[in-house]
Amino acid sequence: MMINVIREPLIFEISSPGKTAFKVPEPDVPGQKDVLAGVALREDIDGFPEVSETEISRHFTRLSQTNYCVDFGIYPLGSCTMKYNPKINEKIASLPGFTQTHPLAPEGLVQGNLELMKLLENLLLEITGMEAITLQPAAGAHGELTGMMMIRACHEAQGHPRKYVLIPDSAHGTNPSSAHICGYTVKEIKSNDHGTISLEDLARLMDEEVAALMLTNPNTLGVFESDICQIADIVHSKGGFLYMDGANMNALAGITRPGDMKVDVMHLNLHKTFSTPHGGGGPGSGPVAVTKILEPFLPVPVIEEKDSFYHLNYQRPRSIGRVRSFYGQFLVALKALAYILTLGPEGIKEMAEIAVLNSNYIRKNLEGLYDLKYDAPTLHECVFSDKHQREYGVTNLDISKRLLDYGLHPPTMSFPLIVHGALMIEPTETESRRDLDLFIEAMKAIAREAKENPELLKTAPHVTYVRRLDEVQAARNPILRWEK
Amino acid sequence: MYPENLYYSQDHEWLKVEGEEAILGITDFAQKQLGDIIYVDLPDSGKAVEAHQTLATVESVKSVSDIYSPVTGEVVQVNQDLAQTPELINSDPHGQGWILRLKLKDKSELNNLMKAADYEKYLEGLEK
Repeated sequence: MMINVIREPLIFEISSPGKTAFKVPEPDVPGQKDVLAGVALREDIDGFPEVSETEISRHFTRLSQTNYCVDFGIYPLGSCTMKYNPKINEKIASLPGFTQTHPLAPEGLVQGNLELMKLLENLLLEITGMEAITLQPAAGAHGELTGMMMIRACHEAQGHPRKYVLIPDSAHGTNPSSAHICGYTVKEIKSNDHGTISLEDLARLMDEEVAALMLTNPNTLGVFESDICQIADIVHSKGGFLYMDGANMNALAGITRPGDMKVDVMHLNLHKTFSTPHGGGGPGSGPVAVTKILEPFLPVPVIEEKDSFYHLNYQRPRSIGRVRSFYGQFLVALKALAYILTLGPEGIKEMAEIAVLNSNYIRKNLEGLYDLKYDAPTLHECVFSDKHQREYGVTNLDISKRLLDYGLHPPTMSFPLIVHGALMIEPTETESRRDLDLFIEAMKAIAREAKENPELLKTAPHVTYVRRLDEVQAARNPILRWEK
Repeated sequence: MYPENLYYSQDHEWLKVEGEEAILGITDFAQKQLGDIIYVDLPDSGKAVEAHQTLATVESVKSVSDIYSPVTGEVVQVNQDLAQTPELINSDPHGQGWILRLKLKDKSELNNLMKAADYEKYLEGLEK
């Protein structure tokens, strides 16, 4: 990133009529002048770019140099777990035996694939302490919806779907959305002074009309809900389910298990905790694990093994049905499996330990320079705010933009909403001490600059490929297509 | 800072009572917290709401936030100007940036809301 190159024009702007990147050989059939003539030749695309092979190659290579990625540096987006994606995962998932499997191949020909899916299921059950699992959902929020649909189906089977879902104000934004899509009305639980759920509030709101509590643990402040077992008891005492958003499992894996905390349903993000590509590099994958009581409602197909033969079972009358075509993100599942097997049980535990250590190393180094609204101990992430810098008119946006000048990706901004001007930092375990120090030194320098030269921050970034973008204008009047 | 003639909620909505109706908007504090507003999802006229129910949604570059009705009532009019110029909420939150007009069901509910001086004190508590 940040290599100073001439601003690359749009590919449409470097087009010149008649140029091509590929030349078809002269046809050796008499009378046939142009092999593309007829239906194959499109004439109705106005302004289609015409460039040479050199130009097209340089164009996309130059653009790629302006990108930022986990292969380049720290990506400290809180609650996103943007860890390094080991190359061995990609190698395994690109073996032709996997990439060339036809999705409609008969079970007898894909026993190896099914066996690996079952193995991943079993490993995830061991890590979570849950009793049954589906690999089907294609992302975290998809997993939430699948989990909520199962909760609804179970309540319906008991005669009453119920009306409400409780969600703390520190939850991931997708939680209320998933509950709402499932037909539930969301009731918010306010965080207490320690940034955790108040048991009194929960007990007051919990009744026979509440279908579930959706809880992220550790929550988006990075704080572990240490009352989790009492929380579960309160929810269960009124017949509700405890849903745990497993987005922050990187703090817990190998150390403690949601199943032992009486969680009923949870999703995992393979693209967070289990090192498969994230964001634009995805696709994501959000397996959902449940307890025995919810097992009949799992989406189909369910992988079953009998006498060493793996079978996809679609005959499950109480299932919520299909949630995705075919079998989920198979190749992503393989990458996660490769990761888990590479690390092994001790490695998984160490992963969580170092993730927590790295986050606390950053926290301790920046405490005092940046405000910490909640001082409870944190695990894999910590949430600072721009409170001290606001005295100089500098906001979290300015701090983030300035980080770009230091060649670093900024943390998550303005979330969770309970911290005004939030900077939510999650380094993950894959950062070395040296990379953590680079980030810390940049943040320290920025804190100094905020005091001494706030204008420098308010006009940042200065050395990037493009300067500060007008995000308000972009949101109000987006231009999504090139026009002449 | 905060007009004396308005009622304020803990969720940072304001109400201006005119007879049996009230105009609703969000406070200057709320618009500052949200940042530049880019879209407002308004309800239809005639929509009935209970106190603390979601009335509208405001989207800024930072987040999407619900606006709650501080009182029970029925929507009688919405600010159509916000469709084209949602930034009115930023530039004039207590005036031209009004969001909608409600027909009040029970005026005694207004007693649950704060007056300007109390709201300012409430904000001081939040800033700490």
